[in-house]
Amino acid sequence: MAEIAEGGGGGHDKGKKRAKKSSTRVDMTPMVDLAFLLLTFFVLTSTFSKPKVMSLVYPAKPEDIVPEEQPKINNAITFLLSEDKIFYYSGQYYPKSAPGPNGPTVLEETDFSAKGVRKLLADRNAYVLKGKEGLDKKMKAKQLQDSTYLRMLIDFKKDPEALKVLVKTDDKATCKNFIDLIDELKIAEIGVIAPVDILASELELVKEKVK
Amino acid sequence: MPKIKMPKSSPSIDMTPMVDLAFLLVTFFMLAASFRSSEPVEVDVPSSISDKIIPENVVLVTIDRGGRVFFNMSDPEGRRELLMNMAGKYKVGFSEEQISKFTFMSSFGCTMQELPAYIDMPAEARKNLNTKGIPLDSTNNQLRDWVYFGNIAALNSGKTAFEEAKLKGDSPDPNDFKPKFTLRVDNKALYVHAQNVINVFRDLDLNNLNFITSMEMAPL
Repeated sequence: MAEIAEGGGGGHDKGKKRAKKSSTRVDMTPMVDLAFLLLTFFVLTSTFSKPKVMSLVYPAKPEDIVPEEQPKINNAITFLLSEDKIFYYSGQYYPKSAPGPNGPTVLEETDFSAKGVRKLLADRNAYVLKGKEGLDKKMKAKQLQDSTYLRMLIDFKKDPEALKVLVKTDDKATCKNFIDLIDELKIAEIGVIAPVDILASELELVKEKVK
Repeated sequence: MPKIKMPKSSPSIDMTPMVDLAFLLVTFFMLAASFRSSEPVEVDVPSSISDKIIPENVVLVTIDRGGRVFFNMSDPEGRRELLMNMAGKYKVGFSEEQISKFTFMSSFGCTMQELPAYIDMPAEARKNLNTKGIPLDSTNNQLRDWVYFGNIAALNSGKTAFEEAKLKGDSPDPNDFKPKFTLRVDNKALYVHAQNVINVFRDLDLNNLNFITSMEMAPL
């Protein structure tokens, strides 16, 4: 603190006029008060975590090509979202009017818990997840470079064996449901995620289930 | 008998180290703080495990709980160009003051015709204003124009930023300067509303979208 050694020592000069002895200490209390006030203000108002983003690539709008709505591949799964509910079917869609070899498509229900959709996806996408595990091991053993790791992971995700997912929503599904599902798909390392429009007949199936 | 002399100590404590520390912290928080610009709507975003931070050059569309649509763009220079283009298309006049106010505004959700009056409002009044959001139906698709001109403006300002970074001697990645299209959706908003906005983007061949989410822990 600003403190000046006050004139000690020296002789005692009698009769000499002495300056008034006042303390050289400044009262710092108000300044400290202000400092802490500001500190509290900034601590409370500052936001440190920048918002995060999750990117999602939508399929391009088909222009002249008639879209092949049903995936012909067998390792595809279609999720149908309704208000806080989630249904799915595997493979191709067979409407009631044109049933497939196993009859028309029947929707199955699952939920957003770890035992529901996460387990389902982990089982179905075991091929990619196993491949990723192998890559992770190699990565830990420093046998792979970062770029190679990423490239190989993308190759795994693009493999025909990898699970493809279609996401359809009805008119009651909320954005939270949608983002939650996309999040689960990202957790399960799904490479191909296609949010597409729901078919009228599928909508009816969902309505029947929700009832 | 000799008396024990107590050392005469001043009753005031030396506060210097504490004050030093307090000011150090004040300085730190002052510099580190990034203030949230006051948005006209409160949006409760969903959470995801994604840890990608929000990019610099963004065109942001907000969808609130009721499905109202708000538009925002991060770059001030781009906003000026955007507003000029929009004013030309919709034949709405803006004063110089309104334009400069617009460049520092946060999200807005009103029609082009209401915009001059909206810009003149104080920030608090904007929050309480009962707007219908930016119209995006097929007969009056203003959002499409906002996104279209926003994309052009953001591309231009991204290019300038890229050239500047190049002049500095860095080797920047041009992809970092391209505009990113971001959606901030409310948890409770119906996905149909988001879908309408997404279709606007897809109509313009902008298929790579980002959703703003809060972070959550990834499961082990």
